[in-house]
Amino acid sequence: MNNLTIVGKKIPKRDAPLKATGSAVYIQDLKIPGMLHGKILYSKYPHARITGLDTSMAEKLPGVRAVVTASDMPANFRIGVMKDNPPLKTGKVLSIRDEIAAVAAISPEIAEEALSLIKVEYEELPGTFDPLEAMKEGAPLIHEEAKSNILKMPWKLVCGDVEAAKKESAFIVEDTFSTPWVTHCCLGTSGCVAQLDAKNNLTLYSNTQIPSLAQNDYIEALNAFGLKGKRVRIVQSVIGGAFGSKLDTYAYEYIAILLALKTRKPVKIVFSREEEFFATSPRQCTITKISHGCDKEGRLTFREMEMVLDNGAYTSWGATTPSVMMLPISSLYKVPNVKYVAKCVYTNNTYSQAMRGYGNPQATFAIESSLDQLAEKAGIDPYELRLKNANEPGEITPQRFKITSCGMKECIDEVVKRLDWKGKKGKGGNRGVGMASLIHVGGGARVYKSDGCGTIIKMDDFGKVDVFTGASDIGQGSETIIAQIVAEVLGIPIDDVNVINNDTDICPWDVGVHASRTTFVAGNAALGAAKKIKAQILEIAAKLLEEEPASLDIKNGVVFSVKNSEKTIPLGKALRKLHYTLGGNMLMAEYFYDPANENFDKEFKGNLSVSYAYGAHGVEVEVDRETGKVKILNYIAAHDVGKAINPMLLEGQIYGGGLMGLGYALGEKMIYEKGYLKNGNFLDYKMPTVKDIPPVQAVIVETDEKDGPFGAKGIGEPGLVPTAPAIANAIYDAVGVRIKDLPITPEKVLAALREKEGQTHK
Amino acid sequence: MKRELTFILNGEAVTTEVDPQWTLLYLLREVLELTGTKEGCGYGECGACTVIIDGQAVNSCLFPVMEVEGKRVTTIEGITSKDGSMHPLQTAFINEGAVQCGFCTPGMIMSAKALLDAKDKPTEDEIKEAIEGNLCRCTGYVKIIDAIKSAAGGR
Repeated sequence: MNNLTIVGKKIPKRDAPLKATGSAVYIQDLKIPGMLHGKILYSKYPHARITGLDTSMAEKLPGVRAVVTASDMPANFRIGVMKDNPPLKTGKVLSIRDEIAAVAAISPEIAEEALSLIKVEYEELPGTFDPLEAMKEGAPLIHEEAKSNILKMPWKLVCGDVEAAKKESAFIVEDTFSTPWVTHCCLGTSGCVAQLDAKNNLTLYSNTQIPSLAQNDYIEALNAFGLKGKRVRIVQSVIGGAFGSKLDTYAYEYIAILLALKTRKPVKIVFSREEEFFATSPRQCTITKISHGCDKEGRLTFREMEMVLDNGAYTSWGATTPSVMMLPISSLYKVPNVKYVAKCVYTNNTYSQAMRGYGNPQATFAIESSLDQLAEKAGIDPYELRLKNANEPGEITPQRFKITSCGMKECIDEVVKRLDWKGKKGKGGNRGVGMASLIHVGGGARVYKSDGCGTIIKMDDFGKVDVFTGASDIGQGSETIIAQIVAEVLGIPIDDVNVINNDTDICPWDVGVHASRTTFVAGNAALGAAKKIKAQILEIAAKLLEEEPASLDIKNGVVFSVKNSEKTIPLGKALRKLHYTLGGNMLMAEYFYDPANENFDKEFKGNLSVSYAYGAHGVEVEVDRETGKVKILNYIAAHDVGKAINPMLLEGQIYGGGLMGLGYALGEKMIYEKGYLKNGNFLDYKMPTVKDIPPVQAVIVETDEKDGPFGAKGIGEPGLVPTAPAIANAIYDAVGVRIKDLPITPEKVLAALREKEGQTHK
Repeated sequence: MKRELTFILNGEAVTTEVDPQWTLLYLLREVLELTGTKEGCGYGECGACTVIIDGQAVNSCLFPVMEVEGKRVTTIEGITSKDGSMHPLQTAFINEGAVQCGFCTPGMIMSAKALLDAKDKPTEDEIKEAIEGNLCRCTGYVKIIDAIKSAAGGR
């Protein structure tokens, strides 16, 4: 591994030149001849009965080519994880993002004008906007046929005996923590272009992060439209950010398909920023009751958590985030007895989805805040408590995760050292330090039946390589990582590797960009294909050079004998010799990598991932007692990544994740009032700007994961997981108040300080 | 009613018919097909549509098209040399890892260019000031600042 020339290096992102020159084509930039523009009419009310709908005026507007309503959709066609979401609504609307009608017109402006001509009459219904209220008996039912607002997803994990452990614990803490709705804020908004050919085969230009699964969804949709056996091709434009938001298929995409069917023209729907805020699916708000115990020495004895999640009006992957929350709940630090129960609850709010971390940030905020409370009660430094209970290689956790490589202690030590923890902890002066750790899947996650990714490698006559991968690049840099791996194995310059990753017609299957799995899974798939094709090359070259394949290698595109350095043949020459001969051949190889991880069993136990990623974040803060403002003076983010395939891109994931975590901690919140989003714009939704970045260090800890490609593990999501609790813990160290409800706004800090002072004065 | 508009776009005189209601962004993207300039919000809050007008970084999504009459407008497409060689800022953004999804990148580069054109060696605070109106969700801004510093240092 010491001889690596491309892996482990700071290689610029392969698509960066396109993006930096403005030549990259995002969905916003895509034009197809004859293309129409679609717009969607959303509900005016979060909960109402539609008593009248008249589209006749809109249909008459010059330039309008089609107006569609629920009656144009196949009856009973539903989308989403629980198939509870008709793409166009009739009868009842359940949230302000409910789609009632849509228009295709020759320009976006005409389509917009047509929407204003559609008349909808509503009878407003009392809504349910608070998940705790929605769980009560007599609360208005969101989905009447479901007979309850609590989803039939009984999330429950029991390991060991929590009740017995409570009795034996020397110290126990209990508290409640809550987190808000937050949204992805992709700079490129959602959108697609639907195009049907003469035989109704569909091409969907899309910015999905799940091309293979989306393809399946649209095939189902075409079936529902009575178009059986049709082909669906997904072509991804350059994707302007995803962060989990594009992990499902959405009503607007089915509406675009419907409009394309009605008009026989390509139809484009691109969201405005306003729509991106209210009509995409964010990270849900949660309320978590947690109790934690330890023995006299500070060894954790149990962890018990009860959680309520606002599912919103329909069901997407947000409802399955408790499955990932179980990961830190059962396995962040060694804790032998664990109990977790979660309820997802329908409300008349927007509906929730995956967002970077997939539930982990919500759970880790409660766990790591509570752990500091426990350390205080037990009279142990929070750092020592963490170190004492830290995960280790070889451990099998209560949820049956097999921990392979684990750099948790090293990460904690990096934080302590670089933050000067011992010099700064508990020193007062309105300054304080805090830390929090994380565990996340780092070697895929078997949430579907397959966690695989396919790769095809094709070589041309000149020794250049095309790599067809199922793995999508959503900005994180998988294209570059895959190119590095292939170039390293084949001994060719990285510029000789071309990665094709955006077309289901030519790219193999992949389960999608989720679970921080792409470097690990797609990397291993690329590695497997590259090794296969390298073996073929060496075999051919061996004949030409009259050598054994085992004594040959490739460097800078030249095959050479390791025994006799005079014996060489350029790769292109060997390939041409193979090709231009009677009965000639061209080189191709394919490899499908599906990690040896396990689906959860019925008790939600099993080795979900082949390896686990660890990290620890530490911050030093200063709190202004007059304003409640929190200033981050120093931020250390240490991550166990197995091996950094590309340290520059990796740091980019840590910095980007860290700042997203900082936004979650200190400012971001979608303000929903009675089902209406009150701050759906960049002015009022406080996404961090460059002015919000603290002094930050990304620390890479390498542990060489045996199953990872060149030793690598995933890093896409971990960066934002421990930020909020690290900051909350630091604030407590600085001024002695604990904020348990994100985001930690100056108002909350000030109120807590006032309350504390009031108590002291009594 | 369409009106005639003449201005300098990326170093060349352009005369075109415009609807006075249009924004500059609309003219650039939808009519002149210069789609390197992005629309991230349409109300001047994200900076993805930043172009340079007479040396100033401007949100083209808010800029009334008639107001560019006689002015010099530079877009991301205009900072690459005719021989295809990139502007030092573009190279720095690529080499320093300042690009992830890339949607904010053209606007970010244009804001940085307006800064560097006015000031050779800006301080970190001046860099932050210059790109405060450019939102990025991917990078955490760290490597964007590095790239701008590197481009400034390399002059």
